[in-house]
Amino acid sequence: MSTAVENIPGVEVLDESLESQMTLSMGPQHPSTHGVLRLDLRLDGELVIKAIPDIGYLHTGMEKLFEYKKYQQGIVITDRMDYLNPLGNNLAYVMAAEKLLDLEIPERAQVIRVLMCELQRIASHMVWLGTHALDIGAMSVFFYCFRQREKILNLIEAASGGRMTPSYFRIGGLMMDLPAGFERRCNQFMADFPEAMNTFETLVTGNTIWQSRTMGIGVISAEDAIDWGLTGPCLRGSGVDLDLRRDNPYTGYETYDFEIPVEQDCDVWARFRVRMRECYESYKIVRQALDRLRPGPIKADAPKVVLPDRDDMRKHMDSLIHHFLIVAEGFNIPPGEVYMPIEASKGELGVYMKSNGGPKPDRVHFRGPSFVNLSALPVMSEGEMVADVVAIIGSLDIVLGEIDR
Amino acid sequence: MTEQLREFVDKLKGGNPNWIMEVVEGHGEVTVVTPRESIAEACAFLKNEQGFDMLADLCGADRGPEEDPRFEVNYHLFSTKHHKRLRLKVLLSEDDPHVETVTTLWRTADWHERETYDMFGVIFDGHPDLRRILLPSDFDGHALRKDYPLRGYEPYSMN
Amino acid sequence: MGLENTLFESLPDVVTVKLDAVVNWARKSSLWPATFGLACCAIEMMNTVSARNDLSRFGAETFRASPRQADVMIVSGRVSRKMAPVLRRIYDQMPEPKWVISMGACATSGGVFDNYAIVQGVDKIVPVDIYVPGCPPRPEMLVHAITMLQDKIMKESVKDRRDTFEPESRVSIVPGTLPVTEGTALEKETEIEVAQHQVSRPYTIPSRHEKRRSS
Repeated sequence: MSTAVENIPGVEVLDESLESQMTLSMGPQHPSTHGVLRLDLRLDGELVIKAIPDIGYLHTGMEKLFEYKKYQQGIVITDRMDYLNPLGNNLAYVMAAEKLLDLEIPERAQVIRVLMCELQRIASHMVWLGTHALDIGAMSVFFYCFRQREKILNLIEAASGGRMTPSYFRIGGLMMDLPAGFERRCNQFMADFPEAMNTFETLVTGNTIWQSRTMGIGVISAEDAIDWGLTGPCLRGSGVDLDLRRDNPYTGYETYDFEIPVEQDCDVWARFRVRMRECYESYKIVRQALDRLRPGPIKADAPKVVLPDRDDMRKHMDSLIHHFLIVAEGFNIPPGEVYMPIEASKGELGVYMKSNGGPKPDRVHFRGPSFVNLSALPVMSEGEMVADVVAIIGSLDIVLGEIDR
Repeated sequence: MTEQLREFVDKLKGGNPNWIMEVVEGHGEVTVVTPRESIAEACAFLKNEQGFDMLADLCGADRGPEEDPRFEVNYHLFSTKHHKRLRLKVLLSEDDPHVETVTTLWRTADWHERETYDMFGVIFDGHPDLRRILLPSDFDGHALRKDYPLRGYEPYSMN
Repeated sequence: MGLENTLFESLPDVVTVKLDAVVNWARKSSLWPATFGLACCAIEMMNTVSARNDLSRFGAETFRASPRQADVMIVSGRVSRKMAPVLRRIYDQMPEPKWVISMGACATSGGVFDNYAIVQGVDKIVPVDIYVPGCPPRPEMLVHAITMLQDKIMKESVKDRRDTFEPESRVSIVPGTLPVTEGTALEKETEIEVAQHQVSRPYTIPSRHEKRRSS
């Protein structure tokens, strides 16, 4: 959408040299940047000529910390990375370690992993919708979204003990089995969810203000999107049909029946529609996973890697010895390197894990989807107004914890 | 799945056998160790002719100060058409950590290479704007090197 | 029975009260936080503001984006070394009276992250009034922290909050010296522009009441 000054009807630019450029630093403390992001905007009036993101204000040195912690201790750190989708981070890290160990995960653990990941995806999209709407000006949507998110956080807290930092998955399975009554509570949440989505559609999708603020803004074509490495809803909003749950499946996703929403418009509106439709698809997957739950083991059969049951540990000597060794010394993973990509709520979250045969990894690198999505911001926001930059950042759905690690 | 990846390695060998120093297979993945002078050509061949149109990740690793070559840079290629992944690896020694940039092929390499430079000190020749991205710009040293201490050199305090 | 009826019957027209009590009551009942959400604790802070745990019941009605209009800074999240000077600047820009709540383990003491990148406790940068443990603390814990701060405020005295002069927040920065532009072509062309007096106004402009201060 060309919003240059010359194109506005009735406006004459008298003297080109009077146009002055202003450098505006947006952030790092800013209500609309979704975290500590600093944007260096070169503006011509309200028009953005160049937007340079300056990141690193939340750099935590997590990749260095992984090298100093045993494999199972590292799971706790992964929660804090993309803090809106902690179960996704846990899953990527744990599956990378399991790939290095060639472990086979039992059926029930895989179903519960899918269930929790899809619930987490819905929760992450609720925060995205709430904050995106808040930035564009719709404040009630924020409160409605967080009300739904509270219900999901209660479910995650019931299963793992932590609302936002669950660390629920372990190398070889889960931390604990689902508590009694979890299915009933989950069904209660699922019963209310379609009505909540209807409320959001009524409040947001049909709203002419929303449509005029999101249609035609932040356009990036499909070739540019692939060139810039965009993944997830940002890529599917530009017409590229790619979803790692279907194309590079993991944890049994190939056995579930769901569609991949793809939109062709390449703008903020398309990304918004993709994420809304993804919520419905996640709802379908959660239903299927709940139907599929059967009693069974939740940890792999690998006594040197997986902690034994507490009862077992108290009664049998070898279980006690394994427990002690795993907790005190950690288990060794044979040397190798692996790249494990999953489809997190923001895009392709990849873990590159390199082990050298010891109890601590040699190198862990997280390919954060928000890191790559944000690098395409200058391309998307050239020629837009400052207020549109806020809408574009919202549509990219960035989380600074994942960008800065 | 490794058979299909081996086909890509064979095609790479067919393009120019000098591009491949070593092929490592494991856990369903194939890693091709490439000499650093030909990384850009090998990537261009894989992108333009074999369909690897997305660079999923570019990350560095430090093997340790006693090893030679010390650094390695991994290129994780992905194809949106046939959904296959391939890893290319370049080994660099400590006294000459230069390698050619691939930003001309995939623009996403821009920020990944800046991060690798920031964390390890690997210099990408031809990069449009190679400066620190995550650490503060006046930071001394490269943080993810094995000889950089975990807690840094001095604690931060304003009082 | 309305409030006015009760007051009219039980209290005289003129009431003598300690100045401290009235001022502190007004201050504690309208603590407006500055948005300083950094990481995961920021999301829990957003949860505290949302409908289920409603922070505006306790007076924290709006979160002001501008530090000039805020009373309390809730540092929620890990403070990295790059962010530390920014944190200090925002604290300096807040007018007195101001308080700081350090929310979460990372703000209190560095938390899980004992490494080169994270400041081990935000009290190395700003003086902290209330520390809230947790990773992240539950919304109820943050509400408790606000009520504890309110109790603390009631015990203060107006005499404690004399005017202080912080010179760091009034330094103006020459344009073109923002970190992102250091060493690049953008800085060079801005230096040329500065030398030729073709730039617009500087980055921070002291406001009128700051310029009037004589000392």
